[in-house]
Amino acid sequence: MRNIWTICRKELGTYFASPIAYLLLTMFGVVFGFFFWNALGYFVNMGMEMQMRGETMPMNLNEQIIRPLLSNVSVIGLFFIPMITMRLFAEEKRSGTIELLATSPVRDIEVILGKWFAALILYACLLLFTALNFGFLFLYGKPDWKPLAVAYLGLLLQGGLLLAIGTFISTLTKNQIIAGAATFGVCILLWVLEWVSGYESAAWATVLAYLSVITHFDSFARGVIDSKDLIFYLTGIFLGLFITARSMESLRWRS
Amino acid sequence: MIEVKQLTKRYARTTAVDQISFSVEKGQIVGFLGPNGAGKTTTMRVLTCFLPPSAGTAKVAGFDVLEQPREVKRRIGYLPESPPLYPEMGTVEYLRFVGKLKGLSGAELDKRIDYVLGRCFISDVKTKLLGKLSKGYRQRVGLAQAIIHNPDVLILDEPTAGLDPKQINETRDLIRSLAGDHTIILSTHILPEVEQTCEQVIIINKGRLAATDSVRNLQARTRGVESLLVEIAGGDGSLEQDLVRSTLEQIPGVAQVVSKDAKDSRLIFEVQTQKGQLNRGDLARAVVGAGWDLNELRAASMSLEEIFLELTGNETPAEVKEPASEITA
Repeated sequence: MRNIWTICRKELGTYFASPIAYLLLTMFGVVFGFFFWNALGYFVNMGMEMQMRGETMPMNLNEQIIRPLLSNVSVIGLFFIPMITMRLFAEEKRSGTIELLATSPVRDIEVILGKWFAALILYACLLLFTALNFGFLFLYGKPDWKPLAVAYLGLLLQGGLLLAIGTFISTLTKNQIIAGAATFGVCILLWVLEWVSGYESAAWATVLAYLSVITHFDSFARGVIDSKDLIFYLTGIFLGLFITARSMESLRWRS
Repeated sequence: MIEVKQLTKRYARTTAVDQISFSVEKGQIVGFLGPNGAGKTTTMRVLTCFLPPSAGTAKVAGFDVLEQPREVKRRIGYLPESPPLYPEMGTVEYLRFVGKLKGLSGAELDKRIDYVLGRCFISDVKTKLLGKLSKGYRQRVGLAQAIIHNPDVLILDEPTAGLDPKQINETRDLIRSLAGDHTIILSTHILPEVEQTCEQVIIINKGRLAATDSVRNLQARTRGVESLLVEIAGGDGSLEQDLVRSTLEQIPGVAQVVSKDAKDSRLIFEVQTQKGQLNRGDLARAVVGAGWDLNELRAASMSLEEIFLELTGNETPAEVKEPASEITA
């Protein structure tokens, strides 16, 4: 446990001592800010139009702003996750510091968990930016906070799964660009897999769609914790970290 | 302290280390000598549990590297060929991180950090980023990292590679000063380093053990045959090589005379004798008596370099297997 925290602290230190964290935070803040500004503008515009026409359709911040925005966040996250994970092991392998970790009395899994937690914390920091924007909604309106909290849980779980996959891919290469590009490809694939269910209803299509990480986020975005989706993410995270551990073990036998 | 038996490490296509056996006593400094690609780094990586052996066993402080790697890792300090530094970390921050990885904490960790800062002469770069340090400092921080948890065994892979002569001397002094508390294995392909730093030497070539002995013994063995370098000049420049040679050969005790070099009016010979057989005075008198000048007369002791070349130059396995007979031959 102590070792996990030691590694995690060191990784966070690296993220925040270099421009990586600030660059990601800025980019994410700008991109999400734009999405938020757009959604809010659309919402306000719609409200004014309805007032002018004298209609009284119920308007709901949760349904009309927060939920679609969080679905957007889950997709934007796909683009940021490779940038968070690509250096985790690739850099250690390239610079030789992996020898320090591998010859210290720590378990492989402690190293992996430490790095994964650090990546998850950085990802959570990105999500904090969205909370900043949503804060304004709470300031001027009365959205329900519970579905929002559930959605954040969903985002963290989805992020955790993709980060675990990214961590695994990072153990496969010395080259950060390769690790990043491969992770990016996998992330995109796990997003679009669901599209097959649009025109195909055979069993294999259902399985493919089930593997898509985005579909499992829908229930969280609605504010529902569905055990099916929860289990999907948790097993996915476990599997990702497990193959990372196997991969790290195999480094010793292969190298 | 370290026991290696029949250690073999095979990669996909090559055998990097082939049935090496040796043992190292507590408190010794052992030089691990071999040309590049001889299998030094691989052997060290097996000892540090970074790589598993393909066959054979390696034990450190009584613990097997395969069975109890955590116990071995606790007792080993390792400096890989390029120091494993994180460029974005400060010196103390880095040492703190490594100390924690090795299981230190609290006041003990602070104490050890202070100690290694002083011991490795890196107090003046305490707060600098490791990425900004010069090569010499990086190497010393690497050493500090290796001794932070006061390990029983220190494994140093080419600790002086890439340093300038002053830094090399400093690093060697530092390593020698560590010898009392730790058992040290250091690898190198530089021979004087072993002569200056180590007590024991293990020579490997192409993955095989070529020789293992104390440095002193290795040098002594080769002094069975003594050779002298003699430089002779004739005053008027009319010096006949054959004549000089036959004169030298007639001196009692001389076994063989080899012409080494001839420049202008100077001739250089290597005179080989059996140990204690030749009186150098006889040689000097014979040269002067013949009307020549004796410019130089000195013992050409066989350096480790020659031993090494002799041991590693021959590639037939039979000769490698019997290093002892080869050296004395």
